[in-house]
Amino acid sequence: MKGIIGKKVGMTSVFDNGKHLAVTVVQAGPCVITQVKTEETDGYNAVQLAFDEKKEKNTTKPLVGHFKKANTTPKRKVVEIRNFDLGGNLGDVLSADVFSVGEKISVVGISKGKGFQGVVKRHGFSGVGMGSHGQHDRQRAPGSVGASSDPSRVLKGLRMAGRMGGERVKVANLKVVQVLADKNIILVKGAVPGHNGSYVVIESL
Amino acid sequence: MNHIIKEVTDTLFAEAKQHPDFKPGDNVTVSYKITEGNKERIQDFRGDVIQVNGVGVTTTFTVRKLSNGVGVERIFPLFSPFVDKIEVNKVGRVRRAKLYYQRNRKGKASRIQEKRVIATAANA
Repeated sequence: MKGIIGKKVGMTSVFDNGKHLAVTVVQAGPCVITQVKTEETDGYNAVQLAFDEKKEKNTTKPLVGHFKKANTTPKRKVVEIRNFDLGGNLGDVLSADVFSVGEKISVVGISKGKGFQGVVKRHGFSGVGMGSHGQHDRQRAPGSVGASSDPSRVLKGLRMAGRMGGERVKVANLKVVQVLADKNIILVKGAVPGHNGSYVVIESL
Repeated sequence: MNHIIKEVTDTLFAEAKQHPDFKPGDNVTVSYKITEGNKERIQDFRGDVIQVNGVGVTTTFTVRKLSNGVGVERIFPLFSPFVDKIEVNKVGRVRRAKLYYQRNRKGKASRIQEKRVIATAANA
């Protein structure tokens, strides 16, 4: 597994061999390795990456000390990646060129919050009623929520209306279209979760 | 548009073809590359621009023409490598950005008034 923390900038399009591709621009890196975890010391292998500058006065003292150990300035986003392939020591800096053009990746982000949504949007139900034949007010209804006197209750976990979005989402099988190493920019084919400016983690499959 | 996206597209499209400025209402000829098998030829599409959509490298424009009395519209991405050349034949005088009303018109009514441009060193 290799990975890097990035920030979703927005979408645009590029031409690739005459094909018009929709791409997401991700500002990926520079990331600093702030901790290396090993089997002996922590029970598992992982590295901790940090990304995005933060003012020291806005950082708690314990965190300032943690970043100082890696000989770096405080960062906003800290992510741990298990079984990191690229090795690396404390304080090493990763840039966007850890990924190459054409590579398959998955992208993790926090999806856009949709607020309180009904079952049609939230769970893909098809609604109940028809538009005509005297029916009304049933087109986006959830339908029956269970049987009658047996079991006399609604089963746990039944899909209903409620808060949607704003949760961790991983999209697999995306492709790297372009890497601009000097600007730390990765262009990803298609869309990635989250709104512009939100943090994403790009991982190898 | 976001300045990072602009920087990125500026570097990626640095060698893209530059086309003359045009607006909705203008009459243009678009030379479009068509590949048939392994042969490539250029086809001209002449008509009125009825809309320009998007910003930066994602800009597309729609050209409408009447072919044997049937309206034909084509949407071209402005920076597509297949758009070989754009030629502005006439500059039109219109009062809207999207000329969808042209779809309900034909014949004389669909003519767009030409804008008289005074020839100066700047636009010659």
